[in-house]
Amino acid sequence: MRYEAPKTTKEAATFLKKEKGAAFILAGGTDLLVKMKLGLSEPDLVVDIKKIPAMNAISHSATGSKIGGAVSGAELGEHKGLCKTWPGVVEATNLIGSDQIQSRATMVGNLCNASPAADSVPAMIAAGAKAIVVGSTKRRTVPIEKIVTGPGQTSLADDEVIEAITLPKRGKKAGDAYLRFIPRTEMDIAVVSAGVNLTLERGVVKTARICLGAVAPTAILVPAAAKAIIGTKLDDEALEKLAAACSAACNPIDDKRGTIEYRVRVAGVLAKRAAKIAFQRAGGV
Amino acid sequence: MSSVLVSTTINGDPIEFACPPEETLLDSLRDRVGLTGVKEGCGTGDCGSCSVTLDGRLMCSCLVLSAEVEGRQVGTVEGMVENGQLHPLQESFIDNAALQCGICTPGFLIAANALLERNPSPTEKEIRYALAGNLCRCTGYDKIVRAVQVASKEMRKKSKKTKKK
Ligand SMILES: Cc1cc2nc3c(=O)[nH]c(=O)nc-3n(C[C@H](O)[C@H](O)[C@H](O)COP(=O)(O)OP(=O)(O)OC[C@H]3O[C@@H](n4cnc5c(N)ncnc54)[C@H](O)[C@@H]3O)c2cc1C
Ligand code: FES
Ligand code: FES
Repeated sequence: MRYEAPKTTKEAATFLKKEKGAAFILAGGTDLLVKMKLGLSEPDLVVDIKKIPAMNAISHSATGSKIGGAVSGAELGEHKGLCKTWPGVVEATNLIGSDQIQSRATMVGNLCNASPAADSVPAMIAAGAKAIVVGSTKRRTVPIEKIVTGPGQTSLADDEVIEAITLPKRGKKAGDAYLRFIPRTEMDIAVVSAGVNLTLERGVVKTARICLGAVAPTAILVPAAAKAIIGTKLDDEALEKLAAACSAACNPIDDKRGTIEYRVRVAGVLAKRAAKIAFQRAGGV
Repeated sequence: MSSVLVSTTINGDPIEFACPPEETLLDSLRDRVGLTGVKEGCGTGDCGSCSVTLDGRLMCSCLVLSAEVEGRQVGTVEGMVENGQLHPLQESFIDNAALQCGICTPGFLIAANALLERNPSPTEKEIRYALAGNLCRCTGYDKIVRAVQVASKEMRKKSKKTKKK
């Protein structure tokens, strides 16, 4: 195996392009090194992105915020501005693993590992986040929901690297939230999760995005659930419709951690609770 | 097989070693540098017995490649002893019988120290959350949590005294 630590994203993409064997990007390594240890990944080349300045930066502009691909969960949680504007995205990312894991784990690694239960992904999708994808010859911007195509699968080409995640600009009357269900209080994988992001106008839900995790091969955006609460003050009837739409959208597996029936039902319950938190954060009463 | 040359600082001392690029910091610390305080419980980030600090941040050395620590500051349990004096956390673990076999202890000490540096007076709940990445198969967690509570009190007393001086 070779180890490279380039100084620019383009160089990283070029290393991937030139490698004939198995090449992997290394962000926090909390998935990659586990897979190497277990013999599930046998890289010929590992490209460490943590020496690339653009990957370590958090910046803001007129169109929103940008979070570099190597920013750890701990660094995100220490960023007061983002905790205020996107509490749901930050909470979701901060749920990943222990303090030890938080010092290393990144949102982009969580995304590219492509687990159906990845915690930061439903929150990013609900937020309308996008990935800045850099290849050896061109760059493109891709909505997060278009990155993961199935368990362990992404739409990224062999030479493509995600440089950063962008979050849209935020008005005052807006809120997001993320909840997951796990049998323990820490250090476990989501059985079901839900991310909700909404904006209000005169106390009424104006826009909403609702995304579920761990109930299908990928995180799923549920437009019918958003439709159920748009134009409402999140009264009980709207919440019931939202829950029903979420349950209907599930296509989960049956395993020791949760049956299909259980996951379908809890998806609705979590989405309701997350919607209430987001509504309150947006200033709704 | 080509190897990488790593120059780094461990517990304040400059150290250089060569290792295969796929070697973890855990293996280099134990087998090349001779610091055997870091233990391998799982090798996959779950147990925390390999905990170290890297530029002050707590992490699992089993999930770090040695090549990544070039030019950085590594801290291990061996660095907690100052001038031959055990750290208050170490004293408190002994006084409160917070260890049995001791395999998990260096990891708990490093993790608890990282917590107290960030939050000198944590609640019991905060301690339990901060130590959720460390597993102990013998002692149980109550004595460990108590040892951290006692040490944090001691350390606050001491820092008050030194401030008065
Ligand atoms: C003990 C433990 C507990 C965990 N708990 C949770 C949990 O509660 N919830 C959860 O969702 N996950 C959990 N995880 C999984 C893991 O920590 C997360 O998925 C984490 O976010 C991965 O980020 P990373 O930076 O460490 O990724 P890495 O391991 O560095 O990378 C993961 C994958 O993404 C690719 N990649 C990384 N960055 C890029 C990039 N910029 N461009 C293109 N590809 C890239 C890598 O090549 C690799 O295939 C846990 C892991 C451990 C070991
Ligand atoms: S050996 Fe590193 S966490 Fe268990
Ligand atoms: S004392 Fe034996 S594992 Fe904790």
